[in-house]
Amino acid sequence: MGSSMARGDIENLATDFFGLFESFKHAPFYHIIIEVSLLLAVVWLLFFRKPRPIEKKLTEKEKQELIDEWQPEPLVPPVDSNHPALNVRVLDGIVGKTVEIDGRKSLNFATFNFLNFVGNQRIADKAIQAVQKYGVGSCGPRGFYGTIDIHLELEERLAKFFSCEEGIIYSYGFSTIASIIPAYSKRNDILFVDEGVHYAIQKGVEASRSHVKWFRHNDINDLERLLAEQDVLDKKNPKKARTIRRFLIIEGLYVNYGDICPLPRMVELKYKYKYRIFIDESVSFGTIGQTGRGITEYYEYSIGSIGGFAVGSSFVVDHQRLSAQGYCFSASLPPLLAAAAIEALNIMEEDHTLLFETIMAKSKRLHKKLLSIKGYIINGDEISALKHLRLTNSLNTVGRLEEIVQFAQSRDITITVARYLTDEHHLPEPSIRLILNVEMTDEELEFLCTVLQEALVKVTA
Amino acid sequence: MLAAPSKPCHVTIVHRHPPSKLYSEEEMVDNICSSSSDEDIKSTNHNTEIEYKHDDENLQSEEFEETPLYAAILTYLSYAILCLFGWLRDFLRDSHIEKKRGALDPNATLGFVPLYQSYESFYTRNMYTRVRDIFNRPIASVPGAQFELTERISDDYNWTYRYTGKTINAINLGSYNYLGFAEKSGPCATDAINAIKTFGVGNCNSRIELGTQRYHVELERLLADFLHVESSIAFGMGFATNALNLPALASKGDLILSDEMNHVSLILGMRLSGATYQTFAHNDMKDLEKKLRAAIVHGHPRTNRPWKKIIIVVEGVYSMEGSICRLPELMQLKKKYKAYLYMDEAHSIGAMGKQGRGIVDYFGVDANEVDILMGTFTKSFGSAGGYIAGKKSLIDHIRVTSHANTYASSMSAPLVQQIMSSLKLLKCPEGKRRICQLADNTRYFRQKLVDMGFIVFGNKNSPVVPMLIYMPARVTRFNREMLRRGVAVVTVGFPATKLLDARVRFCISAAHTRQMLDTALMAIDEVGTDISLRYSTRHKSRRLREL
Repeated sequence: MGSSMARGDIENLATDFFGLFESFKHAPFYHIIIEVSLLLAVVWLLFFRKPRPIEKKLTEKEKQELIDEWQPEPLVPPVDSNHPALNVRVLDGIVGKTVEIDGRKSLNFATFNFLNFVGNQRIADKAIQAVQKYGVGSCGPRGFYGTIDIHLELEERLAKFFSCEEGIIYSYGFSTIASIIPAYSKRNDILFVDEGVHYAIQKGVEASRSHVKWFRHNDINDLERLLAEQDVLDKKNPKKARTIRRFLIIEGLYVNYGDICPLPRMVELKYKYKYRIFIDESVSFGTIGQTGRGITEYYEYSIGSIGGFAVGSSFVVDHQRLSAQGYCFSASLPPLLAAAAIEALNIMEEDHTLLFETIMAKSKRLHKKLLSIKGYIINGDEISALKHLRLTNSLNTVGRLEEIVQFAQSRDITITVARYLTDEHHLPEPSIRLILNVEMTDEELEFLCTVLQEALVKVTA
Repeated sequence: MLAAPSKPCHVTIVHRHPPSKLYSEEEMVDNICSSSSDEDIKSTNHNTEIEYKHDDENLQSEEFEETPLYAAILTYLSYAILCLFGWLRDFLRDSHIEKKRGALDPNATLGFVPLYQSYESFYTRNMYTRVRDIFNRPIASVPGAQFELTERISDDYNWTYRYTGKTINAINLGSYNYLGFAEKSGPCATDAINAIKTFGVGNCNSRIELGTQRYHVELERLLADFLHVESSIAFGMGFATNALNLPALASKGDLILSDEMNHVSLILGMRLSGATYQTFAHNDMKDLEKKLRAAIVHGHPRTNRPWKKIIIVVEGVYSMEGSICRLPELMQLKKKYKAYLYMDEAHSIGAMGKQGRGIVDYFGVDANEVDILMGTFTKSFGSAGGYIAGKKSLIDHIRVTSHANTYASSMSAPLVQQIMSSLKLLKCPEGKRRICQLADNTRYFRQKLVDMGFIVFGNKNSPVVPMLIYMPARVTRFNREMLRRGVAVVTVGFPATKLLDARVRFCISAAHTRQMLDTALMAIDEVGTDISLRYSTRHKSRRLREL
């Protein structure tokens, strides 16, 4: 039954189609064109048109209303007038072994003047000679007549001092490392950075836009773990791995902690995992002596002048002359500061062993004395001239440390609480940063310890 | 790329009035003033009345002639040929037919990833090194109006140099010495030497801990007085002032609108701040307005949240273009759309304006209307460093949050003293003489160049005078020929400027005498004829002797 009905239907259907077909043949041409295009339009509408979001077309009036309504935030938020930055101690005169504040002289354990070059007569004389020959400023970046022969001399001397091929100098310590890191490390590269590095390095790392892997402060095992992880990823994709550069960024002597990095082990790992090392030796240069060789530094501190430099093989250092922003686009170091630095290098080379032996020995003695004061935690290597002093656990607040500093000031000892910005990557614990000047006598060191002890009693009472 | 041609600039011909001693009426501020009053100072006070008319049209007239077509074609062709040769040489070096010069990686064979991609250093190896001798020329004297260049010779096409020990005396049209304070003797130098004797050279600590000396406080007060603002703060490096303080002012959720020709330090600062930044066409106020409106109406492009604040970043005088920002229009836009204005006056402080107070002085605008004034001491004050000035609340905030205040070493005593001495000098007749001399020199030099038929960019009052050369080979030849005639100039090409727009940039100084400028103009005339640099179609090409 079904089939007979189906056959009938099919026959009807076939007739209908035939009739349709015939009618097409007889239809005028334009009719067919219109039908076909309508058909195509329907197909397009159904399948190919992307759903367009309904655009919010604002009228001019509405736009003006929005503009009138919009209220920006004030340019700067209100600031606490008790913030230490607004209440600094103002100094007078040369900031050497002693410092004068409001007419009173006190022993200076706060500035980074390790070798007591600030106020050194020889250095001052050379700086004066430089002013008489070159004027004060250099009036241009290195590329445009800002290169003075004294810069070239200083670069050569630094390279020789470190037994490296070439040196390059910058006009500002902070921007030295902050320009060097982005000059080498780009978006696809990997940086292994110690957590305890100081702020300038953090900014350099940020400016480079590379992948950053932080490892725990001075923890070589943590570093190995990260390197091994990266190695595994490399083996999965060797082609990509061959285009990723790796760098290890550490400090010779950490400004925030006072301890020394385990360099030999890191050099071993360097050849195993194939990364390049950048060492920031701001504090270790001139104070540690023997282990103080590296690739990047700034000598703002122990050399009694201002600026920064980097030394290394020509292949590496030359690149910075065109790519380091702080070198190419900034005025060069004023010649008098370069002259001061050369003279300081002269003094360091003449006095080579004595000065550094003395400072290391005194640091050890001070370390022992400080350890004997109960109630303080001393951070820092024993030969390091820079130490961090903290109170035991729950007592360690900035407020108490400030009280200690004020008490010391009243007894004519100048020390300072280490200051940081709140957006540091790994904010160190509050501490007092003690810096040893090589010219301090043993009696003065004793006096310092006595005062610290008395301060402790007063604060914890 | 080049702005549409503006109205032809009008020439203001300045007549010098006979010298008269007016300064006896002025108050002597310091020893500095009394020591300089002994000289016979020609008073140009009358001239300042004529020159600094508050006439917007005149003050803002700038010219940016279009690149002539044949120059554009030849420049592209030059670079193409250089690239071809570069590839050929690289091929020869890689296949060991030619020896590889330059330093080699000590770690090359140990399996380290190469430190530089070869395409990054293609430019350095094949184009920069060929012409390296025109950059980084060492000098052996104070960078004043005339200086001594150390002679260096290369025997191997600039891969290495040797110094002959001799020096070349040349007129200095390259250093930033607008007011002529690069001096090795005189009141400023003497004060700087005294400062070294009193304070030593370094301070070895940051401002916030134990690095603030009384002279820092004094400098900041003097600077705020000079600029007619409430307060100011100074830093040791101009580049770092921008890069480290923009993050203190802007943060995520803010919008920064910056001019496309802004300096690298500003761009670095904007990147470090975490805020979103957009550029607007150079000095194009219509484009800026369009972007401002779009920003306020639509908010953040993805989330549509309103911006927390909008900061417009411009420079006073653009160091590569010689143009001046359109301050009056910026002020209007700023008020209308409630944005904040950050003006970087690195090249304009000291050099522009009747009293040398920069662009606000030039246009006669109240300095307190610009929210953040930034500048450097390197160019006009012969020292080093940078500053930010504005309201006390702003400066206090910067003191608390600035990276440079917390971590960087405080400024050295002789540098601070040099700035203070030069600031005091600017109040004296000697200072005013220098300002007028600079303005005079600038106008004279620019006018002569334009009349000779060279293409010169920028505002007719800006002491930065860029002259277009276009082709890399001509740029190099110009530089070397000028030095042979005893004039040291600065030529810049790609990548500091756009590929087509290689140029020579003259920096006029108040220390230049009319004679020196004439010598320089004669040299430019000769060399310009030799190399056919007279591209201008708007001004007839003429020789100097015809003018």
